[in-house]
Amino acid sequence: MGQATDALHARSLTELATGLENGEFSSRELTEHLLARIDTSQDRLNAFITVTAELALQRADAADEARAAGQQHALNGLPIVHKDLFCTRGVLTTCGSRILGNFVAPYDATVVERLDAAGAVVLGKTNMDEFAMGSSNETSFFGPVRNPWDARLSPGGSSGGSAAAVAARVVPAATGTDTGGSIRQPAALTGTVGLKPTYGRVSRYGMVAFASSLDQAGVITRSAEDAALLLGVIAGHDPRDSTSVDHPVPDYLAELDKPLKGLKVGIVRQHFDQGLDATCEARVREALVSIEDQGATLSEIDLPNIDLSVPTYYVVAPAECSSNLSRFDGVRFGYRAQQVDDLHDLFCRSRGEGFGAEVQRRIMTGTYVLSAGYYDAYYLKAQKVRQLISRDFMQAFEKVDIIAGPTAPTTAFAIGEKTDDPITMYLNDIYTIGANLAGLPGVSVPCGFADGLPVGLQLVGPHFAEARLLACAHQYQQLTDWHRQAPGDFS
Amino acid sequence: MSLTKVQVQHIATLARLQLDDAQFDEIVDKLSRIVDFVDQLQSVATDDVLPMAHPLNMSQRLRADEVTETDQRDEIQKNAPRVENGYYLVPKVIE
Repeated sequence: MGQATDALHARSLTELATGLENGEFSSRELTEHLLARIDTSQDRLNAFITVTAELALQRADAADEARAAGQQHALNGLPIVHKDLFCTRGVLTTCGSRILGNFVAPYDATVVERLDAAGAVVLGKTNMDEFAMGSSNETSFFGPVRNPWDARLSPGGSSGGSAAAVAARVVPAATGTDTGGSIRQPAALTGTVGLKPTYGRVSRYGMVAFASSLDQAGVITRSAEDAALLLGVIAGHDPRDSTSVDHPVPDYLAELDKPLKGLKVGIVRQHFDQGLDATCEARVREALVSIEDQGATLSEIDLPNIDLSVPTYYVVAPAECSSNLSRFDGVRFGYRAQQVDDLHDLFCRSRGEGFGAEVQRRIMTGTYVLSAGYYDAYYLKAQKVRQLISRDFMQAFEKVDIIAGPTAPTTAFAIGEKTDDPITMYLNDIYTIGANLAGLPGVSVPCGFADGLPVGLQLVGPHFAEARLLACAHQYQQLTDWHRQAPGDFS
Repeated sequence: MSLTKVQVQHIATLARLQLDDAQFDEIVDKLSRIVDFVDQLQSVATDDVLPMAHPLNMSQRLRADEVTETDQRDEIQKNAPRVENGYYLVPKVIE
C-alpha cells in the first residue's frame, strides 16, 4: 500500500501553482528537483525516451521572469511531459519506433503549442507502445516501461511512460493519447487519473496518427482537478485539424463542485459478467456506493452490443493504421534500409526493419480487411456494428447522465505474461474501447487497491460531458485518498 | 489456420513489408487468430444499418482552398535519409 507525503514532487499541479504563486519555491527549483527525480527513476522505470533538461531550465527561468514581471498564465512554470507521439519542434519524436528513431519534428503539435503558450515547462518525452499499438508498453522499440508499484509488472499502455512517471511522483502531469484505452487503462494500472476527451474536443494536429477516427489526446494526472485545469488549456477548435469540433469550451475548474445530487449513474450489466477480477469488482462497487452516498442514483443498464466492441475495433483500427502508416517509406523521413536492390525493396526492407512485430501485424490485418474481396465482409461490416454500439450508448444516455464501471478487467499484469497471444492482450481494453468507437469522453479514477495494486473506476459520458465526468471524479476524490497514495519506492 | 502462407505473403507484399523468414510461421499463426477473432462480426444482423463514417456522425468540414504554409523545404528535408538539390534520392527506377 502507498504512502502520502507533502514533498514537492508529491504535490498536484494545483498545489504547485499555489506554491509558485506564494514564492515558496521558483519554477527553476521545481524543475531541477523533478529533473533529478527523472534521473534517479529512469533505470528502474524506463519511462522516458528523451529528457529535455536544458530546454526545461530555460523555460523555467522564463516562467520565473514572467511571474516577477507580473504576467499571468494558466500554467506558468508548471511541469509537464509529453507522450513521444506529440510532435515537438526541434526535439526527437520517435513514437516508440525504430522507424522514427531519428525523427526531429519540424513543428509543434497543437497540444504542445497550447501548453507552451500557457507557460508549462516540458521536461521530456515519455516511452510508449510503438505507434500507440499495445496495452502493456512492451512493443516500444526502447524497451518496456515498468510499473512503479512493482517493477516486474507492466504499467499498461500505450501511454505507459506517461502513467508510470505520474504515478512515481516524477512529474505531476503528462499528456497521452487514447485510441482504445491507451490513457485510461494505464491510469487504472498505475493509480492515476486518465482523461480521454470527446473525439474532436482536442486537436489531433501534430499527433502521429494511428487510427484517425478513434485517436484523441488527453492527460494523465493525479487529481481530477488537475485534469480539468489542463483540459481547459488544450481543448478547443483548431482549424489545422478538420475533425476538431467547434464547440464552446466550458470552465472545467468552475464546474468541479457542481453537486452530484440527482446525477443518474448507469451501471452496465455486461461489464460485470465477463472476466472481471473479483477484488477489482469489489473496489469498483464500493466506489459506486460512495458516489451514491453523494446524492447520485444508480441503475443497471444494458449495452447489448458492447461485447462486439473489441472485434469491431480490431477491424477499424488496423484498417486506419494500415493507411496512416503507409507514409513511412524510407524516402522522406525516418529509418531507411541500406544496400537495397531497387525502390520496391527499399520500401519493403525499410518498413520490415523499421516496424516492430505488433505494428506489422496491425498493418497486415488492416491491409487484409481493406483488400479487394474482403472489404465488405470486414471493414464495412465493422463500421455497421460500430453504428450499433454507438446507438446503444446514445439510447443509454437518454436514461442516465453518466456510465460508471471498471476501467480494466484486472490489476497490472506481469511483463511478458500476455505477449504470446495477441487476443489476450487485446481483451485488456474490453471496457474502454466502446467509448472510442462512439467518440465519447471517459475518465479513469483510482478507487482502491487489490493485493496492493491500484484499481481504476471508469466514468463515461455523452459527447462533450467532460465537465460532468470531472465533477463526479473530483467529488469522489474529496472523500477518498487513493490518488494521494504513492508507490512505496517513490513516495 | 484461417490464413494460408500464400495469403500472408500476398498481404505483406500489398503492405510493402519484408517479413522476417524466421518469424514467418508465427506471423501466419497470430494473424490467423486475429482474423478468427474478428470473424464473430459476420453473425451480427446489420441489415438497414448505415456504416459509421464519423465517430460523432458529423459531416466533414471543408476549408477554403488557400495557401497557408510558407516554403520550409530545407527545414523539412533535414529529416530525409538522402536529398540532393531539394530532391529526395531513391534507387534508380527507370533504366
